[in-house]
Amino acid sequence: MIGGLTTFSIRFLKEVFIPPYEVDQIRKHMIELGMKTLPIVGVTGFIIGLVIAMQLSPVLKRFGAEAFLPGSVGISIVRELGPVICALIFAGRVSSGIGAELGSMRVTEQIDAMEVSGVNPFRYLVVTRIFATTFILPILTVYVIFISLIGAYIAVVLVQNMTWAYYIDRVIFAVEFGDAIPGVSKTFVFGFIVGLVGSFKGYTAENGTEGVGKASTSAVVVSSLLILIFDMVLVKLTLWIWPTVK
Amino acid sequence: MANGEVMIEIKDLHKSFNSNVVLDGVSFNVTEAENMVVFGRSGTGKSVLLKCMIRLMEPDAGSVFIEGKNVLNLDLKELNNLRKSIGFLFQGAALYDSMSVRENLEFPLIRNFHLDKKEIDKRVHFVLDAVSLLEAIDKMPSELSGGMKKRIGLARSIITKPKLMLYDEPTTGLDPITSKEISALITDLQHRLKMTSIVVTHDLLCAKIIADRAIILDGGKIVKEGSINDLVTSEDPLLKNFFSDEIIENNGSMK
Repeated sequence: MIGGLTTFSIRFLKEVFIPPYEVDQIRKHMIELGMKTLPIVGVTGFIIGLVIAMQLSPVLKRFGAEAFLPGSVGISIVRELGPVICALIFAGRVSSGIGAELGSMRVTEQIDAMEVSGVNPFRYLVVTRIFATTFILPILTVYVIFISLIGAYIAVVLVQNMTWAYYIDRVIFAVEFGDAIPGVSKTFVFGFIVGLVGSFKGYTAENGTEGVGKASTSAVVVSSLLILIFDMVLVKLTLWIWPTVK
Repeated sequence: MANGEVMIEIKDLHKSFNSNVVLDGVSFNVTEAENMVVFGRSGTGKSVLLKCMIRLMEPDAGSVFIEGKNVLNLDLKELNNLRKSIGFLFQGAALYDSMSVRENLEFPLIRNFHLDKKEIDKRVHFVLDAVSLLEAIDKMPSELSGGMKKRIGLARSIITKPKLMLYDEPTTGLDPITSKEISALITDLQHRLKMTSIVVTHDLLCAKIIADRAIILDGGKIVKEGSINDLVTSEDPLLKNFFSDEIIENNGSMK
């Protein structure tokens, strides 16, 4: 599978620069995938923010560091929780959907029909989807970070008397450029992984409806796993490029 | 019907899936405007033969010449150009689920030909009229019956005015009446549009209606070639056995 995925991504990189660029299809997929995922990532982000603040509050209190609660929550959400949770939810929702959609098109010969009519199905179906997931996930991540911070604020208000303006001020004070940019930037890679794995599994599906089910399920499993592996690598890489400890 | 010029020449075509030999040295010619039927039981490699001809599958060995060009030597751009002059009706019609009938029909025209909206509309209405389904223009594929899907699939195949039509089991899964209607429709379109066609089928009635000439594929090889009547009345034990089964399957439709 690693060989197949590598070949598939090389083919993507070859074809993505060749016109026509299918701008309408990319825009359509970005809107569809974004709108489809917006509610679920919003709810998840809100709950994660709320819970992480509730969990951190008593721990910081133990060390007499309650004043650091907004900053700690902000850094956790911006650097790691927001991007990774959003990417994992996105993988579950979108990678499986792409796997099932393309898998179904494969087993019902719709992709063959496209090929026979002289249209390049890889460019029309795959390149557009990978491009869309790569660029929509960072936007969703920014949204999730914002919603998570609202969730965390609600938890903070429950234990401390703090205004929204003061809370945001503390968050902005704590979160540096070196926290925000790498956190969001790595979601371009996560988005690429989601689109790539979903498309690969669907495009190469076989054995009828059973194959479609397998493509959909394994797209989620593989893309989630790859997101976590690449997160590990990217965290190490960003800490090397952008050391935050002064 | 055929005017004698060879349009398709298949030479010694081989295709295997692991140890399973599906095509074992298949060779035949099809002349311009001829309706050739490739006849055989299920699983004898008929669909694989069609797919190898336009490289939806890559054959292991052999050559396929269409209008003098060896399809197997073409690069992707040349292959796509050739494919634009070929129509293909898939077994399940292969309509694009996410598009309406109109969008399905417009798709190959918009993607491959620089036609204005008026010409596209004209062609869409012409092919829908040809398959008697003008009323389905704004329907989605999920709203169509099996027979209607086949008709729309046929309409999409001919909308680009192909020189060559390939039909993969055009009547499979249809009731005998619809099956007969589709076969008659294919013959009618062949006569009107003067296309060369290869029809893969195991439906004897369909073959009888469509075929100018037929070949029988068995065990990956061509075992007989000739007119359908010659093949049906042959004293060859293999053919007698083959057609008696087919006639029973078609409920005596040859009578």
